Amino acid sequence: MTFRAKHLLGIEHLAPDEITTLLDLADQYVDLNRRDVKHSDTLAGLTQINMFFENSTRTQASFEIAGKRLGADVMNMAMQASSVKKGETLIDTALTLNAMHPDLLVVRHPHSGAVDLLAQKVNCAVLNAGDGRHEHPTQALLDALTIRRAKERLHRLSIAICGDIAHSRVARSNILLLGKMENRVRLIGPPTLMPSGMEEFGVEVFEDMREGLKDVDVVMMLRLQKERMDGGFIPSEREYYHRYGLDPEKLSHAKSDAIIMHPGPMNRGVEIDGVLADDINRSVIQEQVEMGVAVRMAAMELLVRTRREAAQEQGVMV
Amino acid sequence: MADLLFTNARLIDPEAGTLTLGSLLVKDGRINEILPQDIDLNDKRFPEGNRIDCGGKVLAPGIVDIGVKVCEPGERHKESFRTAGLAAAAGGVTTMVTRPDTIPTIDTPETLEFSKRRGAEMAPVRIAPMASLTKARAGREMVEMGFLMDAGAVAFSDGDNVVSDNKVLSRAMTYARSLGALVMGHPQDPNLSKGSAVTSGKFASLRGLPAVSPMAERMGLERDLALVEMTGVRYHADQVSTAVALPVLERAKAAGLDVTAGVSIHHLTLNDLDVGDYRTFFKVKPPLRSEDDRVAMVEAVASGLIDVICSMHTPQDEESKRLPYEEAASGAVALETLLPAAMRLLHVGAVDLPTLWRALSLNPAKRLGLEGGRLSVGAPADLVLFDPDAPFVMDRETLRSKSKNTPFDGQRMQGRVLRTFVGGTEVYARA
Repeated sequence: MTFRAKHLLGIEHLAPDEITTLLDLADQYVDLNRRDVKHSDTLAGLTQINMFFENSTRTQASFEIAGKRLGADVMNMAMQASSVKKGETLIDTALTLNAMHPDLLVVRHPHSGAVDLLAQKVNCAVLNAGDGRHEHPTQALLDALTIRRAKERLHRLSIAICGDIAHSRVARSNILLLGKMENRVRLIGPPTLMPSGMEEFGVEVFEDMREGLKDVDVVMMLRLQKERMDGGFIPSEREYYHRYGLDPEKLSHAKSDAIIMHPGPMNRGVEIDGVLADDINRSVIQEQVEMGVAVRMAAMELLVRTRREAAQEQGVMV
Repeated sequence: MADLLFTNARLIDPEAGTLTLGSLLVKDGRINEILPQDIDLNDKRFPEGNRIDCGGKVLAPGIVDIGVKVCEPGERHKESFRTAGLAAAAGGVTTMVTRPDTIPTIDTPETLEFSKRRGAEMAPVRIAPMASLTKARAGREMVEMGFLMDAGAVAFSDGDNVVSDNKVLSRAMTYARSLGALVMGHPQDPNLSKGSAVTSGKFASLRGLPAVSPMAERMGLERDLALVEMTGVRYHADQVSTAVALPVLERAKAAGLDVTAGVSIHHLTLNDLDVGDYRTFFKVKPPLRSEDDRVAMVEAVASGLIDVICSMHTPQDEESKRLPYEEAASGAVALETLLPAAMRLLHVGAVDLPTLWRALSLNPAKRLGLEGGRLSVGAPADLVLFDPDAPFVMDRETLRSKSKNTPFDGQRMQGRVLRTFVGGTEVYARA
């Protein structure tokens, strides 16, 4: 088993063998989660705090279920970023929480790099549940697990990521992960939603969706935030759907067995056709949600193992 | 004042562009004579006691630093005239050209006089204050330029608050031209750069930070220079930091506009990748650029296209910097690191010492109409004695500035100031 990371801040810091280790363990948790009794005592006696400085229902619920199934004591803190004086409070809150000796801290924050900053100030393992436009590592890992189970491999695949790449932490983490596992990554989107210098990451950039989707194995759609639709980045919702929304015709350019993914929540009729999203032969969107819990269980267990091993080396029991 | 004789020094004369071994005689606080190495030092016109054997180290005019933020009035917990002055003396800076972006803004003769008085009382080096171009740096009404010049303002600048209203700026420039005043601009398109924290490119995309294209600087510079051409004002761009802006500057100079430009030491020695894992001490304004841009700026200093190197000394306390990158304050302290950082350019063979001193002392003094910055007979004896080779590891806690926000913390540097003199009086000696 190979997993050395002390925190899960981003895919950037993970090596390919660590990713494989994590996915292998997550596979086992998928089995556990499908049983009647879904419980393990791996994290019994440990405290997990979920700090969400940005609203989230799905990710927070997923982390909460993951922690509870592993026997951890889970606490949710809704940090309304708008009501606190940002930043200052971030460090202060981190120090305050640290004094309560949590073992796992799950953090989502609207600013890129904020979770890295917080991780420097606490003694426990920190999991990044999404920071600004930077990274969302557990999303990329659950996407990877979904792909690996559907395609029976996670290398030499052609994968298209479509939509608002510029504002997407999901896209960044996926580009890094899929690149590390030696896949061909294509980015598709209007140029106003494409960050600069992307070609330097070893990906191909397409403005034409049909061209970009040609012969891909996986179509990964991204959510288009409502606030980007006001004419600032794209002219209108309907023009966006016409050019970049996934419909059966555009999908026909991909391989016939290509799978459709979406990190959710979906805007049906904006980035994806509603019928396609529900097509159980093509869409793996529900599997993604299922894999999310398993991947988060695996991530937390591995981080705790790393800490326990480090403590044992120092002759201290945790 | 006692006479002073420096012997056995490598003398930088930025006007002549020379570095020669010799001696230098100071009388009444001014440079009295520059002597070749083979002179008979027993001559009775030389002082007996007050002799400094420089041991072959470098003696140069003190640095004239355009754009120092002192934080007084308003934010004395970040920096005061006392601490900035001590930092300047230790860094070989003998004239601090202070910025008006304090709280309140230096926009009246009264506030300017406060700065001058505090500077004279508290700082061991010279202070040349700038005033804002518009009241409260709000970009609406011009300041009392005539009164402010009478009070000693050496230039007018709204700092990084770009005057976006072209009519306001053109009128202020026209009025400044009639007074012969120098207007200092911050070339940056304010709309394109709004909300940005880094320069666009691979690094910005990887880190997911809001980014600005280098083109925003060129657009700002082109706008300013069009108005310079229209009004005939004397203009200095505080910082030019991108390769795309250089041809614009070159054309303006070739067309005979009265234009000069500066660059901060950070943009000459660091690039955007140095930000690494969101290290906010590397957040400056404009943001650090690509390595290609940095190299272009060094070449522009060597060729003389860029006239001035400055520290852009901007103290920020820990609370302003220990924030997520987007929210963290911009700026770095640099009075004490300017000279050793500039030595990096020397040691890689990019720029020689006389060329560096042309940009560090001669050009800024000339541009602002100050006496210093020269190693010539009659010039004030504002001098720095330094060892360009002495190695050390930068420890930010040793800085004299109240704020310790330097990007060079923990880095290996070369170049130590040994002694600093202002008007022939020693203001710093390395322990």
